Amino acid sequence: MILVFIEHKDGVLNKTSLEAIAAAQNIAGDTGDSVAAMIPAGSDIGLAQEIAGYDIEKVIVAKNDKLGTYTPDGYTDAFAEIIRKENPNYVVMAHTYQVRDFCPKLAARFGKEMVGDCIRYSNEGGQLVFTRRIFLGKLDADVTIKGEGPYFVTFQSGAFRADNAAAGSAAVETVDVEVGDPRMVPEEPFQEAKASVDLTKSEVIVAIGRGIKSEENIKVAEELAEALGADIAASRPICDSEWLPIDRQIGSSGQTVAPKLYIALGISGAIQHIVGMKNSGTIVAINKDSEAPIFDLADYGIVGDLFEAVPTMIEEIQKG
Amino acid sequence: MKIIVLMKQVANKDAVLRIRGDERWIDDSDVSQQTNESDGYALEEALRTKEAKGEGEVIVCTLGKPSAKTVIKDALARGADRAIHILVEDENALSPYQISKAIADNIREENADLVFTGLQSDDASHGQTGVILAELLDIPHATIVIEVDRESINGSVRVKRELESGWYQWFEYKTPSLLTIQSGISQIRYASLKGIMAAKKKEVRDVEVSVEDFESGQVVQKVYMPLKTKQTQILGDGDAKAGAVELIAKLKDEARVL
Ligand SMILES: Cc1cc2nc3c(=O)[nH]c(=O)nc-3n(C[C@H](O)[C@H](O)[C@H](O)COP(=O)(O)OP(=O)(O)OC[C@H]3O[C@@H](n4cnc5c(N)ncnc54)[C@H](O)[C@@H]3O)c2cc1C
Repeated sequence: MILVFIEHKDGVLNKTSLEAIAAAQNIAGDTGDSVAAMIPAGSDIGLAQEIAGYDIEKVIVAKNDKLGTYTPDGYTDAFAEIIRKENPNYVVMAHTYQVRDFCPKLAARFGKEMVGDCIRYSNEGGQLVFTRRIFLGKLDADVTIKGEGPYFVTFQSGAFRADNAAAGSAAVETVDVEVGDPRMVPEEPFQEAKASVDLTKSEVIVAIGRGIKSEENIKVAEELAEALGADIAASRPICDSEWLPIDRQIGSSGQTVAPKLYIALGISGAIQHIVGMKNSGTIVAINKDSEAPIFDLADYGIVGDLFEAVPTMIEEIQKG
Repeated sequence: MKIIVLMKQVANKDAVLRIRGDERWIDDSDVSQQTNESDGYALEEALRTKEAKGEGEVIVCTLGKPSAKTVIKDALARGADRAIHILVEDENALSPYQISKAIADNIREENADLVFTGLQSDDASHGQTGVILAELLDIPHATIVIEVDRESINGSVRVKRELESGWYQWFEYKTPSLLTIQSGISQIRYASLKGIMAAKKKEVRDVEVSVEDFESGQVVQKVYMPLKTKQTQILGDGDAKAGAVELIAKLKDEARVL
């Protein structure tokens, strides 16, 4: 069996779980396993019916009062019980922040580790080979897993497409699981002061990264933004340094945007940044390092110093 | 209050990486090294926690080659009190569980109140050493911690975790617990001259370990440059100004976005 984790908050599905279903169905095609989905929940949950609409054998709702809100302790206990019962060959999850938080713990409980954040896998003569991105996106590694299952594998967002998850009909099974008292008490999730700019509506974005070097240099990018009628945005370190407010941050912890034109100045292209802008229409990257991963995504690239390129760009735009 | 901070030496962010002959890792013989970014923030958070408490001890622990001593020296110069260096020949040949197990075996007896780690390494990026370690030490953990309420520490600690898309959540943890720290949580201090001098007298304990084989480990078969999925037009041929002229023309006439 391939056991796939369905992530939700108060019964609202995290859409990357559908990508995980697609991944699990693919792997099942290679191994001949069946697929089952696992939903931890505090009470009966409507989401189970929605997941039962996919081509899997069954949906397991692992139920306990203590699973109403996520805690790593609670989820690990619940999952461990289901794994012991079902004895899956693979446990497949989307590599979300929540999964990063509990999956390695769960794996360790079985004396295993996670093969995390995979971007794809292939079947090489019956042996599954998983590909992970390493060195901040500069290299890929093909990885195999030794020993017996369960193997714990997580996939990066976008590695599989949610709409490739095959539809079907599955049985729903509710299991009352035992959960110890979590050693952590969660408060309510919240958003920091409401975003004052909505970059999701921007047509053109000029985004700056650590290559901008100093706060004073930001005006160089602002002039370009002005010439283009663009909004200014940034990678995380710029917002961490408080050079720009946090609502300008693009990426997995910030905003997800898809403007017609996205110009990345001095941004390396870490996955956590890319997930926030990869659906932009035309992507431009200006970076000194010809091997920066951002170039893999760009339509147009300039390998060089942004402080040389940008003033010339402004002149050219103003020529009309 | 005893705090252990895990720190790792990794290849420098800007280093040009060459793939090793057997294609199973990079050739790191002449690559400049640095402290893993988020581990630097983990140390800073530990030092600030000790300062806020007005007492305590910060112990740095690294698992790695002899060259990782530079990470230790730097941490001691910034204010850590002592260090444990778990010496291995090649940490990159070990898988996350093995690393966590070796660390657990060597810090368990310290009975620390808090263990801080960076949230992931910039080389292998497994992002799980801390979490597995917590399970092996049988203590609770929190990942992607972006704030520690230092005032709250008293048998428990309140921490702010980052969720996706600009959401956050506070959790209260019983101590001992393990926190994996996000980069940017605070401003990292520099080592002072006084700190550098003082570091020379601080205790560094070397432990030689022979790491057992791990029958469930992941094994790197091959490392390579990512396959290009998109045709990128590189403009200017190394001349940024010429590239800029070409770029604006292309954005107008080819992509038609201006
Ligand atoms: C859980 C988690 C969540 C995260 N969330 C986010 C997020 O939401 N958003 C985000 O952006 N990041 C996020 N990150 C951080 C991310 O992993 C990267 O560290 C970050 O995106 C790097 O920012 P950067 O590209 O600006 O800096 P760097 O990676 O340091 O890149 C700077 C680039 O500038 C280039 N450069 C330097 N000088 C010049 C010059 N003069 N001209 C041209 N180029 C130059 C360099 O070659 C380099 O490529 C997250 C990380 C984690 C682990």
